[in-house]
Amino acid sequence: MNMIVCCKQVLDPEAAPATFKLDAANNRMVQPPEVKPVINPYDEQAVEAALRIKDTDKAAHKVTVITLGNNLIRDVVKKPLSMGADELILLEDAAFEGGDGFAVASALAAAIKKVGQFDLIFCGRQESEWDDGQVGSGIAEILGVPSVTVAKKVEVAGGQVKVERVTADGFQKLEASMPCLITVSNELGEARYATLKGIMAASKKQPIVWKPADIGLDKVGAAARKTKVVKLFQPVKEGKCEIISDDDLKVAAGKLADKLREYKVI
Amino acid sequence: MADNKGILVVGEIAEGKLAPITAEALGAGRRLADELKEELSCILIGDKVGDAAKAAVAAGADKVYTTEDAALKDYENDAYMQVAEKAAKDLAPRIILLGQTSMGRDLAPRLAFRLGVSAVMDCLELAIDGATKQLLCTRPVYGGNAKATFSSEALPQIATVRQKAMSPLAPDAGRQGQIAAFPVAIDAGKVRAKVLETVKEEVAGVKLEDAGAVVAGGRGMGGPEPFTKELAELAKILKGAVGASRPPCDNKWVPDTIQIGLTGKIIAPELYIAVALSGSSQHMSGCSGSKCIVAINKDPEANIFKEARVGVVGDWKVILPAFTQRIKELTQ
Ligand SMILES: Cc1cc2nc3c(=O)[nH]c(=O)nc-3n(C[C@H](O)[C@H](O)[C@H](O)COP(=O)(O)OP(=O)(O)OC[C@H]3O[C@@H](n4cnc5c(N)ncnc54)[C@H](O)[C@@H]3O)c2cc1C
Ligand SMILES: Nc1ncnc2c1ncn2[C@@H]1O[C@H](COP(=O)(O)O)[C@@H](O)[C@H]1O
Repeated sequence: MNMIVCCKQVLDPEAAPATFKLDAANNRMVQPPEVKPVINPYDEQAVEAALRIKDTDKAAHKVTVITLGNNLIRDVVKKPLSMGADELILLEDAAFEGGDGFAVASALAAAIKKVGQFDLIFCGRQESEWDDGQVGSGIAEILGVPSVTVAKKVEVAGGQVKVERVTADGFQKLEASMPCLITVSNELGEARYATLKGIMAASKKQPIVWKPADIGLDKVGAAARKTKVVKLFQPVKEGKCEIISDDDLKVAAGKLADKLREYKVI
Repeated sequence: MADNKGILVVGEIAEGKLAPITAEALGAGRRLADELKEELSCILIGDKVGDAAKAAVAAGADKVYTTEDAALKDYENDAYMQVAEKAAKDLAPRIILLGQTSMGRDLAPRLAFRLGVSAVMDCLELAIDGATKQLLCTRPVYGGNAKATFSSEALPQIATVRQKAMSPLAPDAGRQGQIAAFPVAIDAGKVRAKVLETVKEEVAGVKLEDAGAVVAGGRGMGGPEPFTKELAELAKILKGAVGASRPPCDNKWVPDTIQIGLTGKIIAPELYIAVALSGSSQHMSGCSGSKCIVAINKDPEANIFKEARVGVVGDWKVILPAFTQRIKELTQ
């Protein structure tokens, strides 16, 4: 089976909120250089979902990762290879910058068409910059394949894909025909670590790099947007927490309860 | 689609009733419709719509369309898309609103792409640009570390609204509105994913979404026991519910259904007690609407102290028993 996983390089979402700074001129947020970008955490779990299927028969299944962006850091984008993915395609060009969900899904779908053979496509449920949660469904719509979103379990049996889809109060078990696109949620479980062997192998592997023309698109990135960012801003937090202290923590704890009575919330 | 007019809310039915998120979307839709001087309609999809249609009128809809079919019992994308696509084309609304729910997250983007537009997901505020009549959608981005306002020229404009972000109207049973069937012949041949089973994992006691007080634990709780002991005891005294940040869910200490945050439940209780959780922006996305946030954390630098109204710095193992004891004295 051929599996494709879409992985985005993102600012580190787990870094302290104070590291996120507004770059108003470019309508985006930035982090200081000491905070290294990462693969979007859900996308690592999307790789994990594909690798779990590959584990069932290593020779029979191939996992190709596609990453779209500009100035991609090789150490970062190669992580899926070091986890066990077979191939890495980079859609890398300045023109790819500044796209919205529509632009990104269009480019990724064009790249997947160029890859040609696919049974399953995996995406993260959302990426941690724009938190859009749109690109997966978009790719599926463009390619005309079914989609099952927010999956916590994915298995293949009898030519069908079986998916457990997380809902607000539990989950649904679904069965879909292939090819199918699946978006993965954290409930899938932790992604595997890269092994030393994997890191060595990945360091030797050269990613394939495609430009907009290679995927037959003349409009990509900001030029292909459907939505416009009118403004991007960082709301100011007042942050005036009253800290209750006492030499004896237990006394402080009691005073905290008294405070809640004073506030009339208990 | 230059003639697109009016606002259509794609509603949801929960336990036979109009879902709260749909009343919220109708509340937001009503304000936009009044500003545009256009109509607000709602489509309800399911095996049985029942009284939810009347409730949608009471919540602000001028027209309610109902699509009932046994094949629409459980939400599934290909089946619901057949209804949503037909509604978007036949009713030709200017704006389509959905809830940012299991259904809305899945349906809105797919519908948008089918119609050749892009959706704006998880909106906190909606407004109309007076000059262009375009919808201005403001939503959190970068995990809640920033916000952005989006607009789009293409019609229809599709947006999902975050739960508890918009106020519903006070239900008015006297409101007049039309209720009409919107029949769609569901083509089973085009339904490529089949729902085999729906599993509910609901937790006993007060529902997290409805609780007036929530006691939430984070990674620093260290394991499953404190959630069923210390946190549950405090929640019980406050007649509230226990919640969690993501790590306790990922570690299987607690069920996934009690995760609070951007990708979990969105709640706005009177009182939110955050114990041994750092207050990441993604977590706060789910609880920043709380009236009073209380922090218990051993790290004075933890972000939760930037979000809370009051707190104590220290080990929860020492603080929580004394705190609970005093709460008990005060509330009995
Ligand atoms: C796209 C995306 C979506 C996400 N969605 C969500 C979401 O919906 N909900 C969510 O919660 N997270 C979400 N996350 C994860 C989020 O970024 C954080 O990783 C997570 O919220 C951290 O959980 P925590 O505060 O429990 O853990 P930590 O950040 O590890 O904090 C643990 C805290 O416990 C304190 N502590 C430890 N021991 C003690 C003790 N004995 N006494 C007192 N204090 C103690 C520590 O000082 C620390 O502050 C998401 C992440 C991404 C990238
Ligand atoms: N630039 C990108 N490169 C590769 N995959 C992406 C990119 N942007 C989004 N995706 C995929 O689409 C998912 C949803 O993204 P979004 O709709 O932007 O939240 C992500 O989790 C990725 O799997």
